[in-house]
Amino acid sequence: MATSASACLSKVVKQRYMELPQGDKVQAMYIWIDGTGEGLRCKTRTLDSEPKSIEDLPEWNFDGSSTSQSEGSNSDMYLIPAAMFRDPFRRDPNKLVLCEVMKYNHKPTETNLRLACNKVMDMVKDQHPWFGMEQEYTILGTDGHPFGWPSNGFPGPQGPYYCGVGADKAYGRDVVEAHYKACLYAGVDICGTNAEVMPAQWEFQVGPTEGIKMGDHLWVARFILHRVCEDFGVVASFDPKPIQGNWNGAGCHTNFSTKEMREEGGLKAIEESIERLGKRHHYHIRAYDPKGGLDNARRLTGRHETSSIHEFSAGVANRGASIRIPRSVGQEKKGYFEDRRPSANCDPYAVTEALIRTCLLAEEGEEPTEY
Amino acid sequence: MESVSACSKLNKTLRQHYLNLPQGGKCQVTYIWIDGSGEGLRNKTRTLDEEPKSIADIPEWNFDGSSTDQSKGSNSDMYLVPVQMFRDPFILDPNKLVLCEVLKYNREPAETNRRISCNKVMEATKEHCVWFGMEQEYCLLSMDRYPYRWPKGGFPRPQGPYYCAVGADCVYGRDIVECHYKACLYAGIKICGTNAEVMPGQWEFQVGPCEGIDVADHLWVARFILHRVCEDFGLLATMDPKPMEGNWNGSGCHTNVSTKQMREEGGLKYIEQAIKKLSQRHQEHISVYDPHGGEDNKRRLTGHHETANIEVFSHGVANRGASIRIPRQVGQDGRGYFEDRRPAANCDPYSVAEAIVRTCLLEGEDGE
Repeated sequence: MATSASACLSKVVKQRYMELPQGDKVQAMYIWIDGTGEGLRCKTRTLDSEPKSIEDLPEWNFDGSSTSQSEGSNSDMYLIPAAMFRDPFRRDPNKLVLCEVMKYNHKPTETNLRLACNKVMDMVKDQHPWFGMEQEYTILGTDGHPFGWPSNGFPGPQGPYYCGVGADKAYGRDVVEAHYKACLYAGVDICGTNAEVMPAQWEFQVGPTEGIKMGDHLWVARFILHRVCEDFGVVASFDPKPIQGNWNGAGCHTNFSTKEMREEGGLKAIEESIERLGKRHHYHIRAYDPKGGLDNARRLTGRHETSSIHEFSAGVANRGASIRIPRSVGQEKKGYFEDRRPSANCDPYAVTEALIRTCLLAEEGEEPTEY
Repeated sequence: MESVSACSKLNKTLRQHYLNLPQGGKCQVTYIWIDGSGEGLRNKTRTLDEEPKSIADIPEWNFDGSSTDQSKGSNSDMYLVPVQMFRDPFILDPNKLVLCEVLKYNREPAETNRRISCNKVMEATKEHCVWFGMEQEYCLLSMDRYPYRWPKGGFPRPQGPYYCAVGADCVYGRDIVECHYKACLYAGIKICGTNAEVMPGQWEFQVGPCEGIDVADHLWVARFILHRVCEDFGLLATMDPKPMEGNWNGSGCHTNVSTKQMREEGGLKYIEQAIKKLSQRHQEHISVYDPHGGEDNKRRLTGHHETANIEVFSHGVANRGASIRIPRQVGQDGRGYFEDRRPAANCDPYSVAEAIVRTCLLEGEDGE
């Protein structure tokens, strides 16, 4: 069976060591996004006492030439702590610390999209933008084949797996349960999980979260997922179309609202936003996966509950549209809308920034406005 | 192909480490519903900020009905309305399992939401205090869908030694049964017993006595818990009413029924009146005693293997070959309950309970 060798190491032995007291010392694991814009890296340092807030965490650095982020001759890059969480692997008082990456000259790296997102979120903070992102992913064995699928073959067609129960319908629930608990412990705003349409495909939702926190919480939830899968000896993939043929892709549907949309008569503000989005479809498509739309081109075909990548559409309760307005929102005339276009491997900073720029800052055209 | 699923081989010590993590005041609530097939169960989970004290604290939710055969993609939202709450025996307190009714986009009941009409009928007859006990039979299968521990490409010794047996040569899969029983007790399901059945790998659990709609709510959640326990072990549970053709028993869901009058002195006369009414509506009952209008039960109700023939209504004291059996003790005491042996293992208990109450208590009611 395709699980990793390290999954077979004794967890009972490990537990003995993990229970050793550590005095006042605290292990802080620094996490960052690497040069691919999709991969996560981490390393740990000891602190002399428990940090109470992000301010207590020192800046650090790393070898960027090993993560596709700099040349060997000028490789130091800076890690700037941005958000702190409890560590569900090493437990209290240890921490996970999400960091921004800066180049040697203190400019943001190419894949540090948080800096620009944060500026834009600051500009609209009076509108209280809330996000909820639905992260889909597929569990794979170390052989790259979906977990639980027959080797060299396929399971029965899609239909029975969505929200399913039973060993012939739900593949890998242990990973999902462990991830959910780990996120709750860590302080990530995880608000739900479900089995998805393709077997071995799952979804978790993070939100409702305001502003920059959406990107922070989603990146840390992804880190926790990779780490949980590593422990079990399997692999989580955010590829938007892991299996060709009559199998669903994986997206990151993004739900969005402002204070105005959530209040009486908010549907009008929702419709205005959708109209603005309708005029800037290609700008968003470029922001919605790490390859300027090339990844999503394999997923957004117009079939398997997606809209076509070539056209913008919107509709109430319509899962084949680019934007879906939930039925209850259509009835109550207020609430939120769902942008179904982002790919599972999107950068949530890029997605949330694009929504703010188009819907709230009323930008148009193919380029972002410099403020 | 392996007997057990890949997922069941993932490290459970490791899993326990994660499941032991404290979760602050947050509560995970798993919503459970019946899908478009009328037999399948679906579930998804959400976080609430605190533990719900009663069903009233649990919000409505919605789901994508186009993925469960319940709506089209262009108009896919369906509503989940919580109806009964149980403790969660998988991720434990304070987390909950919540059984839901499904409504369409226009808030009409979904086609397989049979609870709504059952509830109306139970409300209309509540002064009769109708009690039910349902005996759910099922078979354990390996991942290749052959009965668990049967020799591949072959058969075990014929039926005889397996019913209520003990010993590894006669009992296949007791671990699942023990775990399911404990999980149901923890959850608050009114599970009242278990036994090994006549076919090896076949088991039964009983839910009841419950008044009114509770029997069906509890039975659906007990089924969910069974599928979930089997998933953990990497096996399958099937409620197909005739999983193996030939000289092997089928699986039913015998339904025991009584009213206040039947349970009191002289109640036997009310039992006999009810049976007479049932005898006049045999085909109507058969058509709702499995999810395919009686087609599934045709494979099971042959008149052999302790079943009645599907074409003919019959009854008798202590007679397991009849449609309705009056237990010997009830015959002697002159009061008690009767057992309708016709429902298939994959029946919808809402439909079964509703049909029985309509026929026996709501006089002059026509059709379903």
